Amino acid sequence: MNMPTISMEGGHLVSNDMVMIAKKQRSQDFFFHRVTQGFSLLVLLALLGIIISLFINAWPTFQKFGLQFIWRVEWDIIKQDFGAAIAVVGTVASAAIAMVLAVPLAFGIAVFLTETCPAWLRRPLGTSIELLAAVPSIIYGMFGLFVFAPLFADFIQVPVKAVLGGMPLIGFLFGGATNGMGILAAGIVLAFMVLPFVAAVMRDVFEITPAILRESAYGLGCTTWEVVRKVVLPYTQKGVIGGVMLGLGRALGETMAVTFVIGNANRMPSSLFSPGTSIASVLANEFGEAEGLHFSTLFALGFLLFAITFVVLAAAKAMINRAEKAKGS
Amino acid sequence: MQIDHTLYMKRRIASQIGLALSMSAMAVGLAVLIWILYILFSNGLSALDLKLFTHDTPAPGTEGGGLRNAILGSLMIVTLTVLVSTPIGILAGIYLTEFGDESKTAELTRSVTDIMLSAPSIVLGLFVYAIAVSTVGNFSGYAGSLALSLIAIPVVMRTTENMLRLVPGSLREAAFALGAPRWKVSTMVTLRAAKSGVMTGILLAVARISGETAPLLFTALNNQFFSTNMGAPMANLPVVIFQFAMSPYDNWVRLAWAGALLITMTVLVLNILARVVFRDKVH
Repeated sequence: MNMPTISMEGGHLVSNDMVMIAKKQRSQDFFFHRVTQGFSLLVLLALLGIIISLFINAWPTFQKFGLQFIWRVEWDIIKQDFGAAIAVVGTVASAAIAMVLAVPLAFGIAVFLTETCPAWLRRPLGTSIELLAAVPSIIYGMFGLFVFAPLFADFIQVPVKAVLGGMPLIGFLFGGATNGMGILAAGIVLAFMVLPFVAAVMRDVFEITPAILRESAYGLGCTTWEVVRKVVLPYTQKGVIGGVMLGLGRALGETMAVTFVIGNANRMPSSLFSPGTSIASVLANEFGEAEGLHFSTLFALGFLLFAITFVVLAAAKAMINRAEKAKGS
Repeated sequence: MQIDHTLYMKRRIASQIGLALSMSAMAVGLAVLIWILYILFSNGLSALDLKLFTHDTPAPGTEGGGLRNAILGSLMIVTLTVLVSTPIGILAGIYLTEFGDESKTAELTRSVTDIMLSAPSIVLGLFVYAIAVSTVGNFSGYAGSLALSLIAIPVVMRTTENMLRLVPGSLREAAFALGAPRWKVSTMVTLRAAKSGVMTGILLAVARISGETAPLLFTALNNQFFSTNMGAPMANLPVVIFQFAMSPYDNWVRLAWAGALLITMTVLVLNILARVVFRDKVH
């Protein structure tokens, strides 16, 4: 007898409940949305924080030397006279040497892994390259200091200096002490470090070339090399450039692999063999004892380094994005 | 039809030269990298003994010693970093996939995250020094963890996002059709489906931060003594390796090689583990 009323009441309650639940869920979802958004904005906040805090701490230096700071060659802690040129030149030169050596090698490795490598070797070799890209950079630094630099001095610097050092026009490039440390040595160690990384990125990019493009080229009678040069490379161009620039970004900002072998001398390098310094290694070596203007100058260097790598990495990112969009269409 | 044999031969030879060069690039690359690993193992293994784990870092000029304080310090700093950055990275990754498809800020966040992944780590150390060391007045393990989080969060975030994107849309739609709210779908359906992928990201993040030296130089600094106080300067493997490798003492250099081997092994094992976890999920 009471049954219908209860079910009526029940039905009424259920719909009310449902509205309640829906409301509750909506507010939960809103909350969830905002919380996750907040966490993802942390990254933007960190970026802003980095730029602002570096700039504030660097301000005394920028104020004193102005924009000239970037190309001044002075570095005198006692006279409190500073310029960024020595460190910037060291950073850019060592990274450039690294890329000149690593990019062709990485290209070769990527071509080998995607074209000529027997199928059963492809995976193990590819995986070992990827694993090597994960080896901490301090290992490369120690290798450079204890093993590479002595060998480099005896077997490269001494003979090269003997042969080329006296030549006009290019002779000056090979002057200086032959103790194994210097811009060129740092560049070579950096090349070893970025090689697996760039090779892995290039291989990934080469692999996205559609099989049908490759096969049509082979069908027309192309040789393997022609397929690589005229089909795979044009198709993956932007991705390859993006990968190279990612490697460049890493090389520019690297601390440990460079600090061990660059020589850490605050002089303008006069040859490829002469010791120099990079922004990251100046920071690693001098930050502990820095005070006053020296301290803010180190922040100014950090700010410059961040600005340089930010531009390089943003360009790399844009390149890779465009490559991916081209692939999608 | 006339076939131009000289042209054909030229093209074949060009191709063979190119491929031979690429093969020698592979040989040179592998040789160098194997050389580096060989040096690391031959120097590291000879310095490896039980004392590493039972003795603390030696004072200048004293014999023997181990790396106990540095190993413990590294473990504590890395553990805290993982505990902090995993939830943040995962939730941020969820936002990017589930809510951030059309928003401009999400797009910007994505690009900035990619840049942060390769940003110079020493600059992150400078930043953390400015906000967490100079304001507090002393170096600390916490500051070290903060600096490493800045590297770990982007790694976890990007892998989580990529893995969540692999989850089929039909799975989400099925859950929505049952009346599940978004937060439940994201955390209990999509995230669960992508669980092993997300684990891979966490492992890769741990591997990445275990070997980072530069961000710790200005934050955790170093401590010659055994300490579990994260509010004070803290010994950690990378900075100890850096200082000891540059030192004139033979036993310090030996300890640096042993530490380098420990770190590299950890990083390689974590990377291999990440691959195994991921492969189990895919197949």
